[in-house]
Amino acid sequence: MSTNENNTGETIYKPGSEVIVDMLLEQGVEAMFGYLGGVVLPLFDKIYDAPIKFVIPRHEQGGIHMADAYARATGKCGVVIATSGPGATNLITGLANAMMDSIPIVALTGQVRTSLIGNDAFQEADTTGITRPITKHNMIIKDPNQLAKSIREAFYIATSGRPGPVLIDIPVDMQIAECPIPPKKPIELAGYKIRYQGHSKQIAAAAKAINEAKKPVLYVGGGVIISGASEELATLAQKANIPVTTTLMGLGAYDQNRPESLDMLGMHGSAYANFAVQNCDLLISAGARFDDRVTGNLETFAPNATIVHIDLDPANIGKNIHTHIPVVGDAKKVLAALADVVEYKPRKEWFETIASWKAKHPFQYDNNSDMIKPQYVIEELYRQTQGDAIITTGVGQHQMWAAQFYKYSKPREFITSGGLGTMGFGLPAAIGAQVACPDKTVVNIDGDSSFNMTLTELSTAVMYKLPIKVVLINNGFMGMVRQWQELFYHKRYSQSSLINPDFANLARAFGCVGMTVDKKDDVAGALEKMLAETQPCVVDFRVDPEENVWPMVPAGKSLHEMDGLDIFEMA
Amino acid sequence: MKHILSALVLNKPGVLAHVAGMFAARAFNIDSLAVGRTDDPTISRMTIVVVGNDRTVEQVRKQLIKIVEVVKVQDFVGQDMVARDLMLISVACSAEKRPEILALIEMFNGKVVDIGPKFVMVEVAGPENKIEAFIDSCRPYGVKNVVRTGTVAMSRYNRTAKSEE
Repeated sequence: MSTNENNTGETIYKPGSEVIVDMLLEQGVEAMFGYLGGVVLPLFDKIYDAPIKFVIPRHEQGGIHMADAYARATGKCGVVIATSGPGATNLITGLANAMMDSIPIVALTGQVRTSLIGNDAFQEADTTGITRPITKHNMIIKDPNQLAKSIREAFYIATSGRPGPVLIDIPVDMQIAECPIPPKKPIELAGYKIRYQGHSKQIAAAAKAINEAKKPVLYVGGGVIISGASEELATLAQKANIPVTTTLMGLGAYDQNRPESLDMLGMHGSAYANFAVQNCDLLISAGARFDDRVTGNLETFAPNATIVHIDLDPANIGKNIHTHIPVVGDAKKVLAALADVVEYKPRKEWFETIASWKAKHPFQYDNNSDMIKPQYVIEELYRQTQGDAIITTGVGQHQMWAAQFYKYSKPREFITSGGLGTMGFGLPAAIGAQVACPDKTVVNIDGDSSFNMTLTELSTAVMYKLPIKVVLINNGFMGMVRQWQELFYHKRYSQSSLINPDFANLARAFGCVGMTVDKKDDVAGALEKMLAETQPCVVDFRVDPEENVWPMVPAGKSLHEMDGLDIFEMA
Repeated sequence: MKHILSALVLNKPGVLAHVAGMFAARAFNIDSLAVGRTDDPTISRMTIVVVGNDRTVEQVRKQLIKIVEVVKVQDFVGQDMVARDLMLISVACSAEKRPEILALIEMFNGKVVDIGPKFVMVEVAGPENKIEAFIDSCRPYGVKNVVRTGTVAMSRYNRTAKSEE
């Protein structure tokens, strides 16, 4: 086994492929994902002996989603390898997904040898050109002296500041050439400076606004989870007595079982969260970016509020909305500083108003029909796991129900594709999370259309004996698209219904346990069996095909103009 | 409103593509873009003219500095600075029109860099409005070809690239 840290203080030389593995070990990489190909063979020859858990997906997209979820579950950097050309282009969706949700990934791609670059060689693609807008940074190695240095920089850039994916394109001759490993030094990049510490004047202004506010709301996003600021958030919210709503990406940042929790806000958020935002006099945002799915119509968003925006990325501040008190800094540091100086205020009236909204408009559905309601399956899953599981999702209706009807109390329990909305994310994400947390129960709540996109990764789960569970909310439709067609296109279900395979049988063919459930009475028993299963397991729940996600703010409407608030009152 | 942004960037392949791609992806409009090395061969300077309201240009500035290879970005708006364009222009010019055109060139502090029986090529440098005015003045004779560098600018506190870091 190679020594993985150069502590000699001198530069040592090794073949590039060995340098790459040494650098991965130096960075503490314990698990990685990737797919072989011609121009990464030198590298894979060294991986053969490396003490790193390696998982081969069935498609590079699966591999990068696994690395992504591994990063989300652990807070560490995900690592993925792909070959040149189609291997690299198959990473595109995963890179964009990680970029949108600020997930640290180092992607290593093989490239044709430097003398062939630009000649349309076999399996050549301009990988750095293609991935530039969807990576935090990328580079191509054309000089052996740059290899070790670039890998160290890649990990540093991917994991520091606002994290994101970094891609290094490595021509095959660079993997063979003798490359130096210089002694490790602190990394300094001329154009890359991060202000973790919030400005004390801005923090003081925010604290003053909090102490004076009668109707404040904390609105927090994925940045709070990334920065590990949940404790600081809890201290601030409870010390100053402020209700907390989270974005989809922020679920788990604040314990949803606490009385201050308003659950998720936005297009399919809770009525009480949206009403609170629209009526608040102070909105304190941390690690969130005022996304259109959160704000609804920007013109009428939080119309009476002073807006405090805490974000590590200065470009997020003022991008979508005018901010009164911007604080550039790390959520953990800024929230801790705020918690130190805020005062407790009873805000009795404000909490009473919120309590009345909560009582009047909880998340609800009509469970009186004979059909299986998707919300019921998720509620029952929560009842059985007691929240002690990692939940991953695809994208669509099932994702929203998983956000509404399952309560998250800790960060990194909910792994979902927020910004990019990548269908097919759920299954590979579950595999990545299970690799990261072998002792945890990992459940992919998926939709039939999302599942169809990447279900080939079931064989990865079987190969590595990863006991992931798939709760398939099967309505035979692209559910969210169908809902929009019902509401906005006169029920013209253009190309949104599917003929699905028999998922249980298919799962068995892969070597998983497969079950089909089409009776409401069998839901609880099937989930019980699934959770006890030690093999990968797929449960196909045939649910009400035309169930909708409520409430809903139609696109372009104000956040409080929610449809579907009263449809259950008659029942 | 027109803003002149001056960015110091690492002199590496792909940086120009990154900056140009970011402008396109975020739907910002570039009026002109001039790139050249500074006195430090590892650093280039991009002078970018963008049109937009203050909020848009502020977002442009933030998105620029977010690019890892971009070291520093300065917005010259409201600053005492010198901005210049360089143009080569070829104007139709018969022998009988020559005195007239040469007089015009002199008025604009231009320089004749090539001359033929039917044309004259002129080098003109100056603020953008002067360049535009010269083109307009040449139109009656017939403008054959125009090449412009785009605006470059420097603030009047004469600092080098290195001292700005």
